[in-house]
Amino acid sequence: MRFAIIRFPGTWSDRDCQHALRDVLGQEAEIVWHRETSLDGFDAVVLPGGFSYGDYLRAGAIARFSPIMEAVTRFAAAGKPVIGICNGFQILCESGLLPGALIRNDSLQFRCEWVWLRREGRPTPWTAAIPEGAVLRMPISHGEGNYQADEATLDLLEREGRVVFRYCDAEGNVTPAANPNGSAHNIAGIVNEQGNVLGMMPHPERAAEPLLGGDDGNLLWHSILSAALDTVA
Amino acid sequence: MTSARRYLAKVFVSLKPTVNDPEGETIAGALRSLGFQGVARVRSGKFFQIELEAADETSASEAVERMCQRLLANPVIETFAFEVGEVAPAS
Repeated sequence: MRFAIIRFPGTWSDRDCQHALRDVLGQEAEIVWHRETSLDGFDAVVLPGGFSYGDYLRAGAIARFSPIMEAVTRFAAAGKPVIGICNGFQILCESGLLPGALIRNDSLQFRCEWVWLRREGRPTPWTAAIPEGAVLRMPISHGEGNYQADEATLDLLEREGRVVFRYCDAEGNVTPAANPNGSAHNIAGIVNEQGNVLGMMPHPERAAEPLLGGDDGNLLWHSILSAALDTVA
Repeated sequence: MTSARRYLAKVFVSLKPTVNDPEGETIAGALRSLGFQGVARVRSGKFFQIELEAADETSASEAVERMCQRLLANPVIETFAFEVGEVAPAS
């Protein structure tokens, strides 16, 4: 599979994503500068974490107007897989590809730590290899990961099974104590209506090898690889 | 004469009343701990001063309204308000 990893000024997790995809998983993974306008020839798009445009104005608010985002929007509309991680999730929300917004953590602290996530919701290509109810361990690293949306949007996300990752404890219990940032409903990751666009605050690419402290993040990449195989078959 | 005039827009962006504002709450707590016991509530926000050229105040206001909607505020979580005044004729 051929992944495009979008690099904005201030992106910092692009090389981590490339390492996970290319060196660990043996996939093609190219870094694409945000001034590019085409994603032809790519099978999946990664919007990595970082501080695009220094988080000026709001996290992701300026990156969403980068030229490549028009191509990302077309790519997503065509049903192809897009994942936004951390700042990438913020960009997807700012661009309207995902509903809601990510605001300042309720603790006002930048949280950099490992968290537990429970896989929930309906089947999606990004979670195909992860059993429902499975508890994964991945790092977070953000100051603005507090997911908020109005009640109608939250109800819709829940009703349609579009909350695919929720912060939980090691046993999988979704509790306020397990919520690192104040997100509504302990939301850590959501998908769009079609299920091909995933946004999540935790970093799967930083949980790609036991040396890093765990490799649960690879389950997402394995999911999208298996989903792509299913499409071909 | 249709020469452009120069306007100054003062734009205020803040979280919607329904959105929790942990920054504002923390500031309120800090103010109270400094002895300002009368502080009932603080809402944090952003303030922009934008100088722009426009044919008249109406078109300046319309431009600022669009700026707020497109970029300066996120309608999911924020509201905005602004005032526009002429500063000096553009040279």
